[in-house]
Amino acid sequence: MEQILSFISTHREMIYFIILAVFVGVEVIGHVPSVLHTPLMSGANAIHGVVVVGAIIVMLDTDASNYISLTLGTVAVILGTLNVVGGFVVTDRMLDMFKKK
Amino acid sequence: MMTQYILEIAYLIASITFIIGLKMMSNPKKARQGNLIAAVGMTIAIIGTIFLYSKEGLTSRDNIKMILIFGGIATGTIIGWLTAKKVQMTKMPELVSMFNGMGGACAALIGLMEFHHSVGQTSTMITVLAGMIIGSVSFSGSIIAYLKLNGAMAKPIRLPKYNIINTIVMFALFAFAAYVVVSGTDSSTLLYLLFAAALFYGILFVIPIGGVDMPVVISLLNSFTGLAAAFGGFLYDNKVMLTGGILVGSAGTLLTIVMCKAMNRSLFSVIFGSFGNTAAAADGVDVAGSIKDISTTDVAVLMNYSKRVVIVPGYGLAVAQAQHIIPELELLLEERGVEVKYAIHPVAGRMPGHMNVLLAESNVDYGKMVEMDEINSEFEQTDVVLVVGANDVVNPAAKTDPSSPIYGMPILDVEKAKHIIVNKRSMSAGYAGIENLLFYDPKTSMFFGDAKKALTALVAELKTM
Repeated sequence: MEQILSFISTHREMIYFIILAVFVGVEVIGHVPSVLHTPLMSGANAIHGVVVVGAIIVMLDTDASNYISLTLGTVAVILGTLNVVGGFVVTDRMLDMFKKK
Repeated sequence: MMTQYILEIAYLIASITFIIGLKMMSNPKKARQGNLIAAVGMTIAIIGTIFLYSKEGLTSRDNIKMILIFGGIATGTIIGWLTAKKVQMTKMPELVSMFNGMGGACAALIGLMEFHHSVGQTSTMITVLAGMIIGSVSFSGSIIAYLKLNGAMAKPIRLPKYNIINTIVMFALFAFAAYVVVSGTDSSTLLYLLFAAALFYGILFVIPIGGVDMPVVISLLNSFTGLAAAFGGFLYDNKVMLTGGILVGSAGTLLTIVMCKAMNRSLFSVIFGSFGNTAAAADGVDVAGSIKDISTTDVAVLMNYSKRVVIVPGYGLAVAQAQHIIPELELLLEERGVEVKYAIHPVAGRMPGHMNVLLAESNVDYGKMVEMDEINSEFEQTDVVLVVGANDVVNPAAKTDPSSPIYGMPILDVEKAKHIIVNKRSMSAGYAGIENLLFYDPKTSMFFGDAKKALTALVAELKTM
């Protein structure tokens, strides 16, 4: 019990942050018209590609002679970038169609 | 230390761009700009991390690492860019699930690599394993969703008692993960076993779910990947990963619920599948009345002398590649003083909003695409409704027949219009496999034929008038 309480206490800022971010997410999406649901889904898809930042951090922290980590890290960077770039580019393509008459 | 401060500010800027970008997506005029802003923020976060990130003693920027990081980014960019530029708009659900799977796999790999650094620290280990498991489920689940959408795995595969099996596997997975955390083991074998178990669960999770429900599943997996990214943010105390991950996690969950509502299904029934069971019960519905054919000329005459025409496009339109003829039809009718609108059901197409994208691709003005709630009050004043390639979303059984599997689903009230013209290839039932009473309505005329050929003929006929 004390462990749980101390965990909450040490991470309280993080917990505030998470709760607020959840509400921001709901609030921001709540007003999107259904016309834009597909671009929204693919745009959101691109944003979770931010996980690639984690992959870069692992690469930077790992030992340069640890080939297994370097290989896995490189694969992770490729996949994360694919998610980011592909997601943003295809969303842009779709939204471009909505612009013209 | 200075670099650390700059990086924190870079992350702050990136987080704000994500929020602003998503916010701007609620307006068709600003949406594209919003997407670009979020993309710029993402670039700042990535570049900032590469050059400014440091953790005491551990971080080094050896040439080999930098080459691999930049090589990885270049490879991912080229593949992602080309795929995104080439893909057909009809394949959008497949693409989204594929990219989603990539993000999930990225999160899973991070978990695999961080495992050994976290042995002995309970809360860190929970974060690492949670990110790894959720990422893996999202990855394998997305791949199965991709294969299903692609048609490679069209039929839902249901083991006997699959719900019970899935639930047991899920709890076993939790128990296994809990054991790894509590025992404080650093065994790679156990780690990879856990990884395999999570992948296996992702497959089990998606495999029994039918094609109709796939968009809901993709949206759900999308928020899973967001969650996995957020766990990564928790692990590294990295604010941009946290914001990005949680935003997508919560937005994705909301979008999933919105979609479920539009289909009148609960998330529970999508995952635990009750659709297949009730569909069988509805087979015996007696159909009263008969159907009535209409010729191309008669359709043209009817439309030509109308004031208001509403077109109801369904995915069948895109399958026949007929969406590109629609603007021409619209133009011809408007030249004759006919008002044309499009009634878009929230789940028309293969994912929510998909039909809007397909029509926009064909240069239809988004201002003419009217949402269900708005257009439903206008059908009474509508002279002709042209239904092309849609079926279940205009089936009155959703309102009148409690035994129907789609009973309760909000539909387009096309039967209130003066004339209803339904273009269909044949009399076969829709995606959900249900008989449509609309076709037997005395006001309904069936305009049989392939959508593309039928519409082309209609346009040619109108031109002669």
